[in-house]
Amino acid sequence: MYGFLIAVGILLLLSIIWMVYRIQTLVSVVKGSDKKIATGSNKVNAIMFVLFLVGATVLMFWYSIKEFDNYNLPVASEHGVITDELFWITMAVTGIVFIITHVLLFWFPYKYQYKEDRKASFYPENNKLELIWTTVPAVVLALLVIGGWRAWSDITAPAPENSHVVEIMGYQFAWEVRYPGMDNVLGEHDYRLINSSNISGVDFSDKNALDDFSSPVVVIPKGEPVLFKIRARDVLHSVFAPHMRLKMDAVPGMPTRFWFTATKTTEEMRAELNDPEFVYEIACTEICGRGHFSMRKEIRVVEPEEYRKWLADQKPYIVNNPALVADLPAELKELAEITISEYK
Amino acid sequence: MATAHTATHSATGHDHHDHEHHDNFITKYIFTTDHKMIGKQFLVTGMFWAIIGGLLSLIFRLQLGFPDMKLEWLRPVLGGWITPDGALDPEFYLALVTMHGTIMVFFVLTAGLSGTFSNFLIPLQIGARDMASGFMNMLSYWLFFVSSVIMFISLFIETGPASGGWVVYPPLSALEQAMPGSGLGMTLWLVAMTFFIASSLLGGINYITTVINLRTKGMSFSRLPLTIWAFFLTAIIGLLSFPVLFSAALLLVFDRSFGTSFYLSDIYIGGEALPNTGGSPVLYQHLFWFLGHPEVYIVLLPALGITSEIIATNSRKPIFGYKAMIISMLGITILSFVVWAHHMFVSGMNPFLGSIFMFLTLIIAIPSAVKVFNYLTTLWRGNLVFTPGMLFSIGLVSFFISGGLTGIFLGNSAIDIQLHDTYFVVAHFHLVMGSASFFGMVAGIYHWFPKMFGRMMDARLGYVHFWLTFIGVYMVFFPMHYIGIAGFPRRYYSWTGFEFSNMYTDLNMFVSAAAIITFAAQFIFLFNFFYSMFRGRVASLNPWRSNTLEWTTPLHPGHGNWPGEIPAVYRWPYDYSKPGAKEDFIPQTVPLSATPESNLPHEQELVKLEKEIIADEETDLVANESKES
Repeated sequence: MYGFLIAVGILLLLSIIWMVYRIQTLVSVVKGSDKKIATGSNKVNAIMFVLFLVGATVLMFWYSIKEFDNYNLPVASEHGVITDELFWITMAVTGIVFIITHVLLFWFPYKYQYKEDRKASFYPENNKLELIWTTVPAVVLALLVIGGWRAWSDITAPAPENSHVVEIMGYQFAWEVRYPGMDNVLGEHDYRLINSSNISGVDFSDKNALDDFSSPVVVIPKGEPVLFKIRARDVLHSVFAPHMRLKMDAVPGMPTRFWFTATKTTEEMRAELNDPEFVYEIACTEICGRGHFSMRKEIRVVEPEEYRKWLADQKPYIVNNPALVADLPAELKELAEITISEYK
Repeated sequence: MATAHTATHSATGHDHHDHEHHDNFITKYIFTTDHKMIGKQFLVTGMFWAIIGGLLSLIFRLQLGFPDMKLEWLRPVLGGWITPDGALDPEFYLALVTMHGTIMVFFVLTAGLSGTFSNFLIPLQIGARDMASGFMNMLSYWLFFVSSVIMFISLFIETGPASGGWVVYPPLSALEQAMPGSGLGMTLWLVAMTFFIASSLLGGINYITTVINLRTKGMSFSRLPLTIWAFFLTAIIGLLSFPVLFSAALLLVFDRSFGTSFYLSDIYIGGEALPNTGGSPVLYQHLFWFLGHPEVYIVLLPALGITSEIIATNSRKPIFGYKAMIISMLGITILSFVVWAHHMFVSGMNPFLGSIFMFLTLIIAIPSAVKVFNYLTTLWRGNLVFTPGMLFSIGLVSFFISGGLTGIFLGNSAIDIQLHDTYFVVAHFHLVMGSASFFGMVAGIYHWFPKMFGRMMDARLGYVHFWLTFIGVYMVFFPMHYIGIAGFPRRYYSWTGFEFSNMYTDLNMFVSAAAIITFAAQFIFLFNFFYSMFRGRVASLNPWRSNTLEWTTPLHPGHGNWPGEIPAVYRWPYDYSKPGAKEDFIPQTVPLSATPESNLPHEQELVKLEKEIIADEETDLVANESKES
């Protein structure tokens, strides 16, 4: 019944619109306005541009100021402070251009709307003007690019020797985090070794792998460089840590990396934002299938001393699951068993 | 005088072109070789796809704006893609996003825009009877049609259409185990795109050949309307870049079906380790974006060309900096081939390459800026008539500025680290490429409708359509910048799983509502279009008082366009409001010798040259007439 009433309502509405349309067409024919070059509508459109300009500007500034703390994510890495600064410098430059060009674009239609007694000025070219507005943007853009290039070079430079290594591997649909253990060297891996008890495909015949361990949370120290070694085991993923201003694709068959230094511990950020629930997160930003939107991992930033304590508490893969080294050659197996006994 | 000759010819009406053709329904409307009809075929197919593409976006906007909404009412259409508890299936969500992108970029804004206006306008504006090869032109449309049919069928198969994003990056798109859409749906996608590429290439070769070889007397390259320059350069870009997409697709086919490892390496999926090693997914990205980035300009340049023409005509002023406009389009054309890797700053490619591409990318912003300033100066001290076409052109310039400026953020690799694959990117390209090109297309339809169908579209409905769409587009895409800065990732079914993105539900609701309104407003246009086609006011021969050649044809030009001789051209197309002239426009067919009162000093010297052309034409006419008698 409701469906029927709605249908009748829509039908009525459409027929009213139809009538209005026919009537205004006939009126315009009677008035002969369709023979004119510009009717009264020309003025209405001209005014609309100005109204749009004013209305949109007010809305933009109002919302941008009101929501600033919401959309401006707090930053917690050293390079993030620099890229944020670049972002806001670019925002200022482009913002000015945006406003000036739009004021002209919407004010000219009002100012120069059609008048029968006026003739447009024949002004086909001016090479000096063209030269000016080629060089000025070129110079401004060059400055912006040079800033960006310097930041980019620093960010992508090789990681410092003393970086704490963390391996992050993406798979459908989660992240697996592997730490290199006390030696700070990750063991080799091979995708053919992957099975349900070795989801990273760690090669335990490599001595460096013996103290590697896994963690449900990415724990990193504040103020010390951290190197993410990133890989994927099935399709493309992308590690995105928004508060760290960090993003790097995880590519099957091609390891990638991103190093950074966190500047605020999780606790400090909680205090700063007055939000006891706050956590740093990793999300996936490369489409990877059904669960793309749910690949969440937590990053916990702690003081360096706390980090070292945590590190010492962790148990390697082989301690938690001695079966992993069962098939190793005798010599390595002995080494592995020593490691296991050390942790017990 | 040339105009006089044309006039007498149409009056005597001996159309030796018309009586050669005995058009029946099939040769006139279906397997036609007339460029005008082929243009209209592309237009109508493009409009069909625009509705489909728009509808798909509405479905996923419902999910994003109203995540708790019960979508049972969509079950009659979507069937199993609505889960038992009435939500949208996450895999189908990805399929929607993918098909929305594919359809809009390729089927609407490439085929629908270039296909329509290059076909329709090139012969009419350069003074040619038809395209260089009418048959190839027909083939181009029908290959596009086959492609459309295949892509459309893929929407309805059980495992769903391709779902790996419109860029279809492997390994996701290569492995059926990764998602169901990478099965048959992806196969159909690849087949459809192969036909599409063939169609584009046939069209492009034709456009280029026609512009080079079939220009009428006096139509030098420096007298071509900017529309033709734009179509010409677009065709060149397409011709050079589409084959690379084809190669990317071909290698993907090999990887999918014949066990090769171009893109696949070290993969463990579905409980087994695949044998492929040594391939590189990044290789695909390079190949794809080698088309993918020029594609942006394939979509945009025709719109800019159309806008240049419409803004000049309706400002009653020459386009400012005709040569600068051509040079900047040339610059964009060349640079468009060397910026592709700015889509890949964080793909894992060598960061040094990132630096190079950052510099190259920001260079391409310069010709774009020049174009904007030239548009603004064209409006300055004009005598502006706000036809619907003009309104949409001004709208295009606005989107081009808004979306172009955000490109400066994204082209800067350091800033792009944070913004890459967030809604900031979505806002950016929907404004600068999506909406701008869409507005160019709509502006073109309003402007050339009288030439296509001999009738006028209703202007008032056009105004309503413009304001709803213009404000609507900004309501949809402007707020996306905020959530993009906040780090909301693209192609997310839901954002509530993360602390950092568990907000702005109100803003997303607003965007979705605005999208629905904007989409609904397009039906005003559709009504206007189809109603005016049959019942619109009959157009005058030159309703916008424009200079270009197409307005010298009869109201319903036959196959061959001009009943008599093709008119010769004596001047550039932008002699609007020339000092001294009686009217505020002087068509290209009016000889300089006929307008001594308005000629500029250097034009007086051309008058001599022109006399020779006229004499030439005179002999031609005499020869023709004696042949016929």
